[in-house]
Amino acid sequence: MPLNPGIRKVLVIGSGPIVIGQAAEFDYAGTQACRALREEGLEIVLINSNPATIMTDQHMADKIYIEPLTVETVKRVILKESPDSILPTLGGQTGLTLAMQLAKEGFLARHGVRLLGARPDTIDKAEDRQLFKDTMQEIGQPVIPSRVCTDLEASVAFADETGYPVIVRPAFTLGGAGGGFCANEAELREIGAGGLRQSPIHQVLIEKSVAGWKEIEYEVMRDAIGNVITVCSMENFDPVGIHTGDSIVVAPTLTLADKEYQMLRSAALSIISALGVEGGCNVQFALHPTSYEYAVIEVNPRVSRSSALASKATGYPIAKVAAKIAVGYTLDEIPNAVTGKTMACFEPVLDYIALKFPKWPFDKFIFASRKLGTQMKATGEVMSLGDSFENALMKAVRGVEISRSTLRHPRLANCSTEELRTAIAQGTDERLFQIFELLLRGVTCAEIHSITQIDCYFLEKLRGMADFESSLQSRQLTAEAYRQAKRLGYPDASLKEITGHPLPGKPAPAFRMVDTCAGEFDAATPYFYSVPEGGDETALLPQSAKPRAVVLGSGPIRIGQGIEFDYASVHCVRSLQKLGYEAIIINNNPETVSTDFDTADRLYFEALTPEDVDAILKIERPVGVVAAFGGQTAIKLAKFLNDSGYPILGTSFEGIDRAEDRERFDELLTKVEVKRPEGLTVMTAEEAIAAANRLGYPVLVRPSYVLGGQNMSIANSDDEMREFMGIILSGGVENPVLVDKYLMGTEIEVDAICDGKDILIPGIMEHIERTGVHSGDSIAVYPAMHVDDEMIEKILGATKRISLELDIRGIVNIQYIIYHDDLYVIEVNPRASRTVPYISKVTGVPVVELCTRAMVGERLASMGYGTGLYASSPYTAVKVPVFSFEKLHGVDTQLGPEMKSTGEALGIGKTLEEALFKGLTAAGFRMERSGGVLITVRNQDKYEIPDLAKKFAGLGFRLYATEGNAQVLAAAGLDVTTVAKIHEGEENTAKLIESGAVQYVISTSAKGRDPLRDSVKIRTLSTRLGIPCLPPLIPPTP
Amino acid sequence: MDCFSAGSRFLLLEDGHIFEGKAFGAKASMFGEVVFTTNMTGYLETVTDPSYEGQIVVQTFPLIGNYGVNPADYESRKPFVQGYIVKEWCQSPSHFACAGTLDAFFQRYGIPGLSGIDTRALTKLIRSAGVLRGALTDDPQSITTAQLQGYQIGDAVSRVTVQAPERHPVGDAKYKVLLWDFGVKDSSIRRLNERGCDVTVIPSFWTARQIAAEAPDGILLSNGPGNPEENTGIIAELQRVIQTKLPVFGICLGHQLLALANGGVTEKLKYGHRGGNHPVRDLVTGRTYITSQNHGYAVRLDKLPPNALSRCVNANDGTCEGLDYTDFPGFSAQFHPEACGGPKDTEFLFDRFVQTMEGRKATCR
Repeated sequence: MPLNPGIRKVLVIGSGPIVIGQAAEFDYAGTQACRALREEGLEIVLINSNPATIMTDQHMADKIYIEPLTVETVKRVILKESPDSILPTLGGQTGLTLAMQLAKEGFLARHGVRLLGARPDTIDKAEDRQLFKDTMQEIGQPVIPSRVCTDLEASVAFADETGYPVIVRPAFTLGGAGGGFCANEAELREIGAGGLRQSPIHQVLIEKSVAGWKEIEYEVMRDAIGNVITVCSMENFDPVGIHTGDSIVVAPTLTLADKEYQMLRSAALSIISALGVEGGCNVQFALHPTSYEYAVIEVNPRVSRSSALASKATGYPIAKVAAKIAVGYTLDEIPNAVTGKTMACFEPVLDYIALKFPKWPFDKFIFASRKLGTQMKATGEVMSLGDSFENALMKAVRGVEISRSTLRHPRLANCSTEELRTAIAQGTDERLFQIFELLLRGVTCAEIHSITQIDCYFLEKLRGMADFESSLQSRQLTAEAYRQAKRLGYPDASLKEITGHPLPGKPAPAFRMVDTCAGEFDAATPYFYSVPEGGDETALLPQSAKPRAVVLGSGPIRIGQGIEFDYASVHCVRSLQKLGYEAIIINNNPETVSTDFDTADRLYFEALTPEDVDAILKIERPVGVVAAFGGQTAIKLAKFLNDSGYPILGTSFEGIDRAEDRERFDELLTKVEVKRPEGLTVMTAEEAIAAANRLGYPVLVRPSYVLGGQNMSIANSDDEMREFMGIILSGGVENPVLVDKYLMGTEIEVDAICDGKDILIPGIMEHIERTGVHSGDSIAVYPAMHVDDEMIEKILGATKRISLELDIRGIVNIQYIIYHDDLYVIEVNPRASRTVPYISKVTGVPVVELCTRAMVGERLASMGYGTGLYASSPYTAVKVPVFSFEKLHGVDTQLGPEMKSTGEALGIGKTLEEALFKGLTAAGFRMERSGGVLITVRNQDKYEIPDLAKKFAGLGFRLYATEGNAQVLAAAGLDVTTVAKIHEGEENTAKLIESGAVQYVISTSAKGRDPLRDSVKIRTLSTRLGIPCLPPLIPPTP
Repeated sequence: MDCFSAGSRFLLLEDGHIFEGKAFGAKASMFGEVVFTTNMTGYLETVTDPSYEGQIVVQTFPLIGNYGVNPADYESRKPFVQGYIVKEWCQSPSHFACAGTLDAFFQRYGIPGLSGIDTRALTKLIRSAGVLRGALTDDPQSITTAQLQGYQIGDAVSRVTVQAPERHPVGDAKYKVLLWDFGVKDSSIRRLNERGCDVTVIPSFWTARQIAAEAPDGILLSNGPGNPEENTGIIAELQRVIQTKLPVFGICLGHQLLALANGGVTEKLKYGHRGGNHPVRDLVTGRTYITSQNHGYAVRLDKLPPNALSRCVNANDGTCEGLDYTDFPGFSAQFHPEACGGPKDTEFLFDRFVQTMEGRKATCR
């Protein structure tokens, strides 16, 4: 059936801010969908609160609403725009849940809006636990014994019947939030209560544990006339028990015989048919490892993280095809863009394997529990393609940026075998390396299998690598052994280190095309991956006469380096193309728009390491390589590019180094006469304390040469300094630790474009939080509120002097503090920052495009946006950070110099208040207008709270406070109820919070982030219950 | 033996290409038509499919043998491939039903294997040159191009068919089916047994008279190897069988023979269809199904006999995938509805066959 003529105007719902469990994959899916619908000549209205997305770019839709994703807002958009249809299956759980609410209320029917892609009953059948079970039973698909419970007692009763262990799965939460594995009644009571609270419908599924079974997934598609296909099968390296988002995953399945593969494939197809999904669907199975018994774990009737992975793994564009199906096409009518010869109604076959490796935030959250379970903790992932399991795994490990280039982890060499044996029983981010260490020590696969239940197929592969690696020690490699090492994926640098000898001659690099058909049909996909040997296929593509430029991508999404960098990379690619270049991208993140094979002229799905990038550059011979848009991942390759003689497009390595090297940077600031907060470098705790006393507390303390403010803290006393230095030095820091005077001023951030002569600042942003909170975690307001004309001149002058001195070509990001009317610089990044999409969208200045034009030599003066500061907009915009604390146990939610947010939302309004309200709502805060507020701040802050408390009281809120705080408030004439601290008694702050009496918590800690402290417990509890927990937002001292 | 310490082995092709890799399986030299299959699982089903008689099979998926060898997965009594080529075979397979490695399996049956070559390059070569004749050998000097070019898969059906009738009864049988064996896969027998059919597998050389004497309710024409046109004797007998108006269901070679018996024409495809992902469109219902395929020849749609209707076509290249006959209760499929390996999405064709038999019974009563 062709396009349904009744569909003319479609509302597409995005997924909102990036949180753990719902990340960039929905920008990828949404972008593909919008493009697919526009191809059909449909009018697109888009709503998404996340500004850091390609999807919300002007050319993606006819009307774009960057507004909170709430039922009210979507209703208003529908009333204003009168779309005839709504497409909710591409915006993750958020989009789907919103559309469901609108459909159930009858709002869609009343306004003549049809739901595309899924019917409400379909979504219910997949998402409502009981309906799902019933549906599966009707079509004879086995499910795991389970019971839907709405209270704790029923949960415990069921567990008694079926036996422990059980798993708690809350209904309608992202990434399984609030769920968990319970070995006994006490655990069930704790986790079950949390799950019930987090479920928006107060419902959990208590399920018999099938931990240890194989976890298998299928991505399937169905059209309106019932054609069904499987796009991809995937197998988790870790058995059931660890969330698939936290597991290494391979595609296709590697340990299933055809009988099992077809059994589960048929089951997946019969499920999608029974649900009546029109589009894509993900089905997860548990397969008994020693029989043909299986059970359906979960069905997602929409595109998902797994479908993004499956799309990239196979070359089959699931989101695009799903969008076409939603508007009426059948699978056999949609062409396969990869081959051009076949239709979307076929099943991709691979002649390689794809492997996904998660990126966890534990390097940032040192107190977070590293245990992996049913609740996803990874913030991002990488994918690698290889012609063996081993080389795909090695490519992923070195590409995921955890400072590992092989599976041998030097730290584990100090652990006893017994310790390691115990450790691998629990899934953690380090388990792979622990297993490898055990294999190096000769522990058998059978034994490791008996502890971990990981399939011996995978363990034997690891054992082969361990044996091979052991055989290499201090030995000159023969040509044959070197070839074997490359087949197993060992990088040259590691081989030199292991063997202690130079390497034999390197074979020419070879790249293969991803063609969806294992070579059966001729294809011309510009999508490549490297193989250790064999025929190179890069020359098969038509060669253009255009100059080539390579854009280095930003790798896996992590805290501090998110989707914003993919946004910038994609825009750089497009700008280069407009400027007449053939743009080539290198990246390894399967969730993103940049790794869609038709974003750049060529895509290399490869790790961003010197050796991997070198192989590509040797073949492509670009006129320039852009390192400025891929965050630290790309910029840290600048030295390699410079040393290898590859031309950098943009700021030279010299400029980059002067900004990054502390000493050279100080010299530069002196030269251009810009101040920075006074600081000292130290090596020991004693030196640090001495330095702090000389500068005067508070001071900012951080290790040098780290990214994203890792281990950065503000010390207020000798005690705190000792604690923080202990943490920093425990990591075995070799570089000096920096101790800087902490200035509590107004933090200002600018992104500037420089052509070597002039600069353009699209807008000045001001952070609401006090300085000391990482810029990525601050609410950024544009235009800045507290910056007068004189200060603007100072900022412009300093920015221009720094930019010209560094000889910036393209972009620079500078953070300043205004303190006592003086301007101090705190950081200069000679690369794009995370504010680029935000400032581009709120000012209308195409920042990346202008930077790219400046990089290739155009003058700002001729670009049409002027120089200096771009005219301010008449409205106010705020960027509000979004956190994923509810997913991470043991992490303090108090903000500091180390970034903690995973995403952001945008609020735009005529006033700051309106913008803030929208921004906070979009970020998921429930902005209640009545109730109670609990105040519990550290001593030094308590004299600042009466003003804030008065305002709350004035709005009719009841005030609660811990003793010291309460005294101050009472003294200020406020009516306040005193509450005991957690360690003081039964009727304490925790009880109060749990009782639902407070809607806001105002909290700061005297001390660090130890999860055992009262203040940390309170904040963690508030987060779990979804109660906004804020520091006192006091206007800074001007 | 492992993949990397094994000796060298060569694939020689009639067009002069030579691939050097590592030996596995039996130490033997073998000629064959080199064909590739894109199935990612089901390697045991593939190598034990008699349709591969005379062929050296290349797996496009690089990791083969991961779950070892499980005799329950065999599609016939033994492997029929002449040789087997993979990127990497698994030395430490892992599966609860695993009874050994592929290496040991091929050694037992005297079949040479070759690993460690660029299987994608070989696949692309076959794609552009068409099916190539080749040989696997450890001694490349011993084989001449003339020998390679002279290799023919002749008389393949007679080499794979049963020599005497084999009965596969079921309790409480509703139908009696003669399964005319040109190289049948056991799954066809299982699919019929599951549907209450007593199955007798009969040799390819049986006559129409012998068949009639058995008074079956229907006849299944099996899959099998080789050029369909060579089977002139079978085609002649088949023409007589059709006259009896018995329900007939042809699969793969059986489909081609049925077309030839009715006056159709077959042609050799450039490199055939082998894999588990081929889309087939049913022209009557408009539905497209993913099918398992293994064939090098096809019935020409432009020369269909007047009593044949094109029922199914390949959604990729438009070739004939199924025919319905108007003057006798017969239909056929070029693909493999019995699956194994590959998808089971078209198993309903066995239901259709059973319904056809039921319909005829009803009319006869």
